[in-house]
Amino acid sequence: MTDIRKIKRDFPVFIHNPGLVYLDSAATSLKPQSVIDKLAEYYTKYPANIHRGIYRISEKATEEYEKSRIAVMEFVNARRFEEIIFTRNTTESINLIAYSLGRQIVGADDEIVTTVMEHHSNFVPWQVLADEAGAVFKVVDINGDGCLDVNTSNLAGIITKRTKILALAYVSNVLGTVNPVKKIIRAAKKINPKIITVVDAAQAVPHMPVDVRDLGCDFLAFSGHKMLGPTGIGVLYGRYDLLNSMFPFNFGGGMIKEVTIEKTEFPPPPARFEAGTPAIAEAIGLGEAIKYLQTTGMDKIAAYEKKLTAYAIKHLIESFGADIRVLGPKTADNRVGVLTFAFKNYHPHDIAHILGEENICIRAGHHCAMPVHNRFGLAASARMSLYLYNDYYDIDKLIDGLKKVKKILK
Amino acid sequence: MTTIYQELLLAHYQNPKNFGRIIHPGKTITVANPLCGDVITMDVIVADGKVKEIKFSGHGCVISRASGSLLTEYAKNKSQKELLKLDRAFIIKLLGIELGVNRIKCAMLPLEALQKLLI
Ligand SMILES: Cc1ncc(COP(=O)(O)O)c(C=O)c1O
Repeated sequence: MTDIRKIKRDFPVFIHNPGLVYLDSAATSLKPQSVIDKLAEYYTKYPANIHRGIYRISEKATEEYEKSRIAVMEFVNARRFEEIIFTRNTTESINLIAYSLGRQIVGADDEIVTTVMEHHSNFVPWQVLADEAGAVFKVVDINGDGCLDVNTSNLAGIITKRTKILALAYVSNVLGTVNPVKKIIRAAKKINPKIITVVDAAQAVPHMPVDVRDLGCDFLAFSGHKMLGPTGIGVLYGRYDLLNSMFPFNFGGGMIKEVTIEKTEFPPPPARFEAGTPAIAEAIGLGEAIKYLQTTGMDKIAAYEKKLTAYAIKHLIESFGADIRVLGPKTADNRVGVLTFAFKNYHPHDIAHILGEENICIRAGHHCAMPVHNRFGLAASARMSLYLYNDYYDIDKLIDGLKKVKKILK
Repeated sequence: MTTIYQELLLAHYQNPKNFGRIIHPGKTITVANPLCGDVITMDVIVADGKVKEIKFSGHGCVISRASGSLLTEYAKNKSQKELLKLDRAFIIKLLGIELGVNRIKCAMLPLEALQKLLI
């Protein structure tokens, strides 16, 4: 990978916070200067609304906004740009599917399948939908290593012809596990060719190459803010024929073809799902973030993070032995650099607080994934998560910080 | 930098006062902070409008446990009326530290339990 010191230099937060050790990228990522500049470019050079103005700066804004859509399309290898819907975030993307499609297709005694490792945003919308529809809500368990308890042989006991939706995370935001999504989708479609598959890729798209055609998923959701992009912009990829069969989620400006007093006709996707003035600057900024990631190379990022993750696991275990319990896979294979741990009987808040005093940022809590914490008998945990701007030195500082935690809390 | 992990609070965390259960409590309550997983159970015996006995148990961070320890010490033999008036500012003074928005919730949990018991 390009020189890591050069990468840190691209992120101005390190200039304003000397010595910052940022290990909370699973919550949100830092932003490179180029993305910040792109936001400023929109606001200073062509701060007009899109799709409406026929004057120059509006045309420029529209062009940049649509260029971003193309960038996203290429980034996840969608077939056409109309398959990319801009939303606010992963949460909104998933809710859009639950409302616009879920409510049409899920009826009494149908089934929705998800997993115990989901973020609440890919769990609660389906739980509520199942409840409303009188459908069965099935939750796939994991094994002690934090890997899904499914394989092609037992999937038949979970997915049936009545399973309308399968919703699962590509990468767990607690365990770091990379799920064999492609295999699971293929096996599920074999059992029920009409099943709708929804992939929560919030923790995958920022860290590895993702290809929706290769995965064979129907929908895939992710957030701009976790992949070097601005907050307030998210993506829903959807297969065109499905999107085109769906009813809008929000109604208003920008998503109509014709409105008369009697009725309204809706345009095709993506406009149908982008009611109101969208997050224009943020969408354009996301395009710039993708450019940054592509220039660095997703394969290189994944390989680099894997090395860092292996280093972190090794040193955590070497330094603290049985005092530390890492959840999820114990090697750097089939996982990303999200390391959630319990440290002696210390409360995660105390761990994060003492580290915070050392300018080390980690997260404490349930990370919006209470089912998986219950699964491991924990109320909360501490989580460190890596990205391309981290280095070995950051992990050394974390280890030193944890030694200090142990000294203080005994 | 002032740290919240100073000797006094750590001492109360490691050896909390009034930690445990009252065998025949007058009243019992359990309160929780679901965001961080803190749970506190508090038992009291009130007589003549005053707290005669008070104990707390459960699991929590340094702040919530030290706060429980200091607050239960303070509450003994104080009147119900007086204790119901205690507020956030009192707890901050009791702990002797500044707390950010995220940690103040931990510190307030024991007071929440106490006041719910006394209402
Ligand atoms: C796996 C996963 N899914 C969904 C989300 C929700 O993302 P957002 O808050 O951007 O909607 C997150 C992040 O918090 C996540 O890690």
